[in-house]
Amino acid sequence: MAPPKNRRPGFSRRAQYGLFLGYVIAAAGALVGAILLVVSAIDPTGFASLRMAAAEATAPVSTAFSSVTRGLVSIPQAIGDHFGTVSENRRLKKQITDNRELLMRARTLAYDNRRLKTLLALRERTSDAVAVARIVSSSASSTRRFGLLNAGRSQGVREGQPVRGPEGLIGRVLEAGPDVARILFITDPDSVVPVRRTRDGLPAIATGRGDGLVEIKPVSMGDPLPKPGDVLMSSGTGGIYPPDIPVARVLRVGRDSAIARPFAQPGTLDVAMVQRAFFPLPPPLPPSQNAPAAGAMPPTPAPTP
Amino acid sequence: MSAIVPMGVDPDARRVSPRTWIIPAVSVMLGSLVTIIPVIFPGGLLPPFGLMMLLAWRLLRPESLKIWSPVLLGLFDDLLSGQPFGSAILLWTICFFVIELIEIRLVFRDFWQDWLIAAGAIGFVLLAGRALASPIAAHVDTILALQILVSILLFPLIARFVGRLDRVRLRA
Repeated sequence: MAPPKNRRPGFSRRAQYGLFLGYVIAAAGALVGAILLVVSAIDPTGFASLRMAAAEATAPVSTAFSSVTRGLVSIPQAIGDHFGTVSENRRLKKQITDNRELLMRARTLAYDNRRLKTLLALRERTSDAVAVARIVSSSASSTRRFGLLNAGRSQGVREGQPVRGPEGLIGRVLEAGPDVARILFITDPDSVVPVRRTRDGLPAIATGRGDGLVEIKPVSMGDPLPKPGDVLMSSGTGGIYPPDIPVARVLRVGRDSAIARPFAQPGTLDVAMVQRAFFPLPPPLPPSQNAPAAGAMPPTPAPTP
Repeated sequence: MSAIVPMGVDPDARRVSPRTWIIPAVSVMLGSLVTIIPVIFPGGLLPPFGLMMLLAWRLLRPESLKIWSPVLLGLFDDLLSGQPFGSAILLWTICFFVIELIEIRLVFRDFWQDWLIAAGAIGFVLLAGRALASPIAAHVDTILALQILVSILLFPLIARFVGRLDRVRLRA
């Protein structure tokens, strides 16, 4: 290739200054970028309003695209389904006979459960749906795992609310804009979900790995690791995620942790339901007028949640 | 090339049409906007198309983008990418400075060298971005390596596309 056009602007003093100014602006811009990075490391949600403004603009485009891409993505699936029908039919028939016995037992258990609960007059905390919307895009080129939900503050979505899909837990709301919300998927390295094994209630912690899987660690050192095939549900500990949402199935067990695949695969999900936080955080304490002395009661009593 | 240009006179200065900078800038922004396509990738990572467009413009047509343009284009990318705010501003601008330095040494380049420079820049931005965004313990290194490889292999395609756009850009 021929060398690019000489960028030295010759003897024109004005042009030389212009070129120099360009370098100064670029260096200053890089410095500003570094400062912004430090600020966002200290306060990760600091630029939420800027990002949400951009998301507000892009979400309608994504929504318009989504019907098209959903159709295109489903074509290979449909072809595969066509050829796998016979074997799948056989497998499903066998599964039905296997499940029948289990179902009968579950029915009796559910009946017993209901009876015993009324006996105890146990008050169930229901976590009702806030909004149901589609997830329209994700942070596909970053190592973080965020999604964009097509519902925001005007639909009642707030920060910290859990998000689930038809198959299981998806994540939680990180930032809520007027009409869109950013979701932290449970596969993000920053996400932590308290879970328990369905079989016996063994508690564990599910941390995202960043590659579409989650890592299961027991809560205390002596606890056994879950085995491959074990199903983990959210436990409700911590107050964000309501209990008994399916989270993941264990794939393989390592030395001190197990690897599990989430039930809600962010690749196939489209509809997501935002729920109220199980135990919402208490409202922040009102700032005390005079700084309380050591051991003194704050002047205003803390509001009870 | 055209007729002899008198020394000290920028040949572009006389016929600066807005499209000479709008087409590069908009194409880089469209590259950043690829993440809003509603296909959600659970495991794999999408190549950073905005960065690749930027590098292709810079290497193919050094005069098409000013040295400070990655500051603004990086800001736009940061709004959409999900990376910590400021990472593209900083890393993209560093890439431009380094390419500027290389250009002083390496005046006559062919496409292979351009490709090598772009590969280095893509690898640097993605690795640094991973270090800034995710904790060290995150298990993203395999897919990150795959992302870097795919991006480098896709770069010639992007460069071809930029070449096409360049013909449109200069058709005054």
